[in-house]
Amino acid sequence: MNNGGSHISDAISGRQRLMDRFFQALTTGSAWLVLVILAGIIVSLFVGGWQALVAFGPKFLVTDEWNPVTEKFGALVPIYGTLISSLIALLIAVPMSFGIAVFLTEVAPGWMRRPIGTAIELLAAIPSIIYGMWGLFVFAPVMSDRVQPWLQNHFGDTPLIGALFQGAPLGIGMLPAGIILGIMIIPFITALMRDVFLTTPKFLKESAYGVGATHWEVVWNVVLPYTRVGAVGGIFLGLGRALGETMAVTFVIGNTHRMSASLFEPGNSIASTLANEFNEAVGDMHTSALIALGLVLFMITFIVLALAKLLLLGLESRDSAKS
Amino acid sequence: MENDISGKIQVRDLNFFYGKYQALKNIGLDIATNMVTAFIGPSGCGKSTLLRTFNRMYELYPGQRATGDIQLDGENILAPGTDLFRLRARVGMVFQKPTPFPMSIYENIAFGVRLYEKLLRSEMDDRVEWALQQAALWGEVKDKLRQNGMSLSGGQQQRLCIARAIAVKPEVMLLDEPASALDPISTLKIEELIYELKKNYTIVIVTHNMQQAARVSDFTAFMYLGEAVEFGNTNTIFTNPSKKQTEDYITGRYG
Amino acid sequence: MGLRYFRRRTVNIVSLTGSLLATIFGLFWLFWILWTTVSYGIAALDWNLFHQNTPAPGGIGGLANAIVGSLIMVGLATVIGTPVGILAGTYLAEYGGRTWVAGTIRFINDILLSAPSIIIGLFVYELVVVSMGHFSALAGAIALAIIMLPVVIRTTEEMLRLVPNTLREAALALGAPRWKMISLVAYRAALSGILTGVLLAIARIAGETAPLLFTALSNQFWSTDLMQPMANLPVVIFQFAMSPYSEWHTLAWAGSLLITLSVLILSIVARALLSKAHMDH
Repeated sequence: MNNGGSHISDAISGRQRLMDRFFQALTTGSAWLVLVILAGIIVSLFVGGWQALVAFGPKFLVTDEWNPVTEKFGALVPIYGTLISSLIALLIAVPMSFGIAVFLTEVAPGWMRRPIGTAIELLAAIPSIIYGMWGLFVFAPVMSDRVQPWLQNHFGDTPLIGALFQGAPLGIGMLPAGIILGIMIIPFITALMRDVFLTTPKFLKESAYGVGATHWEVVWNVVLPYTRVGAVGGIFLGLGRALGETMAVTFVIGNTHRMSASLFEPGNSIASTLANEFNEAVGDMHTSALIALGLVLFMITFIVLALAKLLLLGLESRDSAKS
Repeated sequence: MENDISGKIQVRDLNFFYGKYQALKNIGLDIATNMVTAFIGPSGCGKSTLLRTFNRMYELYPGQRATGDIQLDGENILAPGTDLFRLRARVGMVFQKPTPFPMSIYENIAFGVRLYEKLLRSEMDDRVEWALQQAALWGEVKDKLRQNGMSLSGGQQQRLCIARAIAVKPEVMLLDEPASALDPISTLKIEELIYELKKNYTIVIVTHNMQQAARVSDFTAFMYLGEAVEFGNTNTIFTNPSKKQTEDYITGRYG
Repeated sequence: MGLRYFRRRTVNIVSLTGSLLATIFGLFWLFWILWTTVSYGIAALDWNLFHQNTPAPGGIGGLANAIVGSLIMVGLATVIGTPVGILAGTYLAEYGGRTWVAGTIRFINDILLSAPSIIIGLFVYELVVVSMGHFSALAGAIALAIIMLPVVIRTTEEMLRLVPNTLREAALALGAPRWKMISLVAYRAALSGILTGVLLAIARIAGETAPLLFTALSNQFWSTDLMQPMANLPVVIFQFAMSPYSEWHTLAWAGSLLITLSVLILSIVARALLSKAHMDH
């Protein structure tokens, strides 16, 4: 009555084993594709940018000339634009994200947390080009009509900071680009901070409450130190995103090859330079210089994102070791 | 021929390792055909580990390995060339937590059968009904075979898992604490089922409930810290154990 | 003692109010952007959108070729990226486990997930466009597939990890070979979660512009030829918005609305599926 597996012939069994090996190979190959793509990106950027890299050497990073006609290129202006716009973005996003994360984990009543959390996450779902459209047609005029004149009137004459607000209030430029970038990266930093705040062990917080600490004191003295590493990881992640952001920045940064102390001036980031010039590149050296720019951007973002990941991984192993 | 003393499964010099940690030490015992053998012992004694060597379930986890000899009808299933698919079709397993597949009741049962048998629709219907009858579940589900298996109660899910294991007509059934997640009434049903099933299947059951072992099994092995301390007739073990350790456990000194 | 306590309480109230204000800050931008997109977009809606192609400068027309082009390229990218992504995620969850190979792949995958999409565009330009000699919708689809890949890989792995091991063991205990245990049982158990990952990935690539700039470019005319440049909503919006023509601006807003609606619907559906996936466990 019990076949006892006797109906499983060697042939059938062998075929299943073969299928097992095939399936495993299929999944392994697909996974390795990730590494192949990374290698491909690095190789293709080097190959494409070789001409420019060889022609200009390491000086490429610090030259501010960008002349397709004389074929003299330097990455300094786009790098400057990328860094400054990202810095502004961080200055806005970090405190705001921190505040939102605190709100979502400590202040908001339970029923509010999901919907508000989802709403903030929607900021991340909105495509970059939509930020660009809004930035150019709606935000820029507001900047130029109201915000920039106000800034100029109140701070334009102060020593040092005043230099940031010189020039015509165009509405586009480094400041609007930085602000929009800041808004765009808020959801990323918030999500990570919130996740990381939630890992604070209850007993730690409860013992603080037990001695009479206020909500804020618990956050500042217990939660934040405990989650410091993760919070910084989240910030690096936001930075990594800001550095590579293209369309929103391209719409409002002004696409001018100029470095200037004033945030009202237009400029360029690496991504916006690529977006604007690549398809109309004048000659091989121009194209190669642009690809070399891409290589620089990739290297910078790779390092920042890798750092973020390392910080967050360190957190994971600490948490799992504890449990 | 029914009570083959030489054993359906014969274990000799079995050692088991989780990485560097040795969980089973020199186990030797016989599992009698068409009888119920129970493994009892305190938590961590290795009874589940021992059970899981019988269908080489540990192969799923790198770092776990077994050395020694486990003969199923005279063939060593620990030998490297062993056909695991065939082994597992002959040796079925039911787990502590009921694990119905995310499919209909019918599909749950048909899954195992379909692996290696080609049955017509009517034949499969018969097999499903037969398996559910054997598991004393047919009456309760015959009108809802298309419903998701996970919609049943805990006790019913476990009997579904038993039916699923029976459907492929195994020779041996390994039950790993099959009733520990169930309420007393479902537990009773499972125990009655085991009594019926042993007519046609060799059954090995792991349980932390001594009274259950006494009720249900013909032979019992008492395990402690990875060793088979005592093995024999259930009546003897429970009324006249020869080792003091066994007696201490039975009388509740520890556990 | 009273003063000190008062100070602490004030700090508490001020800080927590600050967190509320920060949240309102975030939501404010969200609503402003959505409101803008919807109101400008609706004003620009027109039946012509769907059956006229993109017009010459200053002319009137629609977005038909761009809409179809986007659908084709996003569709093709999904067809390419989904199976590869699911298989790779399967490797990480079912075979790779804690090996350093799997760990490295996971690490790199997470970096690629946040990497600048314009770089992916450059990569595919070098790989496909240069070899083919011209821009093409195929190149665009490949670029989009590469962008969606890390998202699918990550969610597939996460969702498969949620499937309890006892379910796997139950399938293996019946004699199932591993590939059937995975494809017939594990996938089934993780299905809504995996689907969520795919939907989120589609939502992500539906709005991507930068990678298409150097691969598919765009096309003034109607084309469904994969080997030629193909019109698509994001690049058309970019070109029209940066131009001085107000008719083109109007069309850009219409396109923005279409993209935003698609992305939001996909995201909401995905999220609904995701909470269902978590509840089933």
